[in-house]
Amino acid sequence: MKKEMTKKQIVRVTDVTKNFDLGKIVVNVLKGINLEIETGKYVSIMGPSGSGKSTLFNMIGGLDKPTEGKVFIDEVDIAQLDAYELAWLRCRKIGYIFQTFNLIPVMTALENVTLPMTFAGVPGDAAISRGMTLLAQVGLEGRHGHKPAELSGGQQQRVAVARALANSPSIILADEPTGNLDLKTGEEIISLLKQMSEDQGVTVISATHDYKMLNVSDQVIWIRDGRVDKIQDRDELEIHTGGMSS
Amino acid sequence: MRQLVVLPWKQSLIISYKSIRARFFRSLITTMTLILAVSFLAFSQITIDIADAMLTSGNPVFHRILLQSGFDIQPGNISLAASPKQRWIVILSLLVCVVGIINAQLMSVTERFREIGTMKCLGALDKFIVRIFVLEASMLGLAGSVTGAFVGGIAACSGAVFRFGTDILPIFPWHDILLSSALAIITGIGLSLLGVLYPAIMAARMQPVEAMRVEQ
Repeated sequence: MKKEMTKKQIVRVTDVTKNFDLGKIVVNVLKGINLEIETGKYVSIMGPSGSGKSTLFNMIGGLDKPTEGKVFIDEVDIAQLDAYELAWLRCRKIGYIFQTFNLIPVMTALENVTLPMTFAGVPGDAAISRGMTLLAQVGLEGRHGHKPAELSGGQQQRVAVARALANSPSIILADEPTGNLDLKTGEEIISLLKQMSEDQGVTVISATHDYKMLNVSDQVIWIRDGRVDKIQDRDELEIHTGGMSS
Repeated sequence: MRQLVVLPWKQSLIISYKSIRARFFRSLITTMTLILAVSFLAFSQITIDIADAMLTSGNPVFHRILLQSGFDIQPGNISLAASPKQRWIVILSLLVCVVGIINAQLMSVTERFREIGTMKCLGALDKFIVRIFVLEASMLGLAGSVTGAFVGGIAACSGAVFRFGTDILPIFPWHDILLSSALAIITGIGLSLLGVLYPAIMAARMQPVEAMRVEQ
């Protein structure tokens, strides 16, 4: 069973709205979102395309600023941070995983994993040994010298998971992490994320419309038309999607 | 307390070097324009240096050869300036070279949008990105300028020997030739940096959210 967590909120979103000004028209993408995400949980943000899921996700990741309302990460309002502090937040507090893997093509797997540690000021040797450990943890032992082009999609995403974990972040933000993977590799990545979340107590927040995610999620936030449609905990969820688990 | 995000110079150098190697042929083409422009600059400067040396040697034979080869010598001249036409051609070639570099670097930035966005998501500051691009340009600039100055220098010297005969070898103005080459190299590196300025700033200003975009 999961170890006992103190009910601490790592992410708090209050009354967030986001408008995109397209010149002639203003699109209200988010229409007042309130959310609290507890430390150590595996949370999925679900919603159809155009629901504002990605926009909300970018707000939580500090990649975009809300038009109104506030986003707190560890009780820090990210709108108040300057460029240096934001970079620090992205470097140490948050690990990103992308749909398209986004490894740096000219670097080897190991160099991709050690890059965030370099930014964090970890000395070279320590970064390399931690990088090797992480690559072994995601099941890529012996692949450290390979360039992304020499790895399969699933392997690239594993490198990305290792990279996201490099600076022991509190949050891992995964944007459609299985979107570009086949069913089986997708499942492997999901269980890898789940395992990392359990072992290291890191909060995983993933935006997805992959129903495979539901089986491992502690909480699912359904977004519809710029609002929170419903928030379901794991126990409510299993009744709902029991028939779909493989 | 403000914690720091860092990128040591050594790492920046490694990253820049790898980016150049990954796009070797494109880098080569960019460097070629620089080589051409710098060698042309070095060639015309060094040719004038040599002619100057021939003029100041006071040897009437040299004087006659110079006049025969089309140099416009006024009585009392101690230095032969480049003609306005020549100067314009040099300036134009340098201008074309800068435009070429800007174009190549802009392409390189566009191609690396996602890479830059990803780096920013990993915590890179704007100045890291600028630094990587500037280092790349400096490396290309240095390589291109040194090659260009060398090619231009060799061409000017051998051209002079060919036109004026081996008699001029003893009065070769080595010091001035070196100085002109150095100047051409500095100009070349300067042009390379000038060309990367706008693309680098554009890259650095890019929002990390670009990394999330799915379309390539």
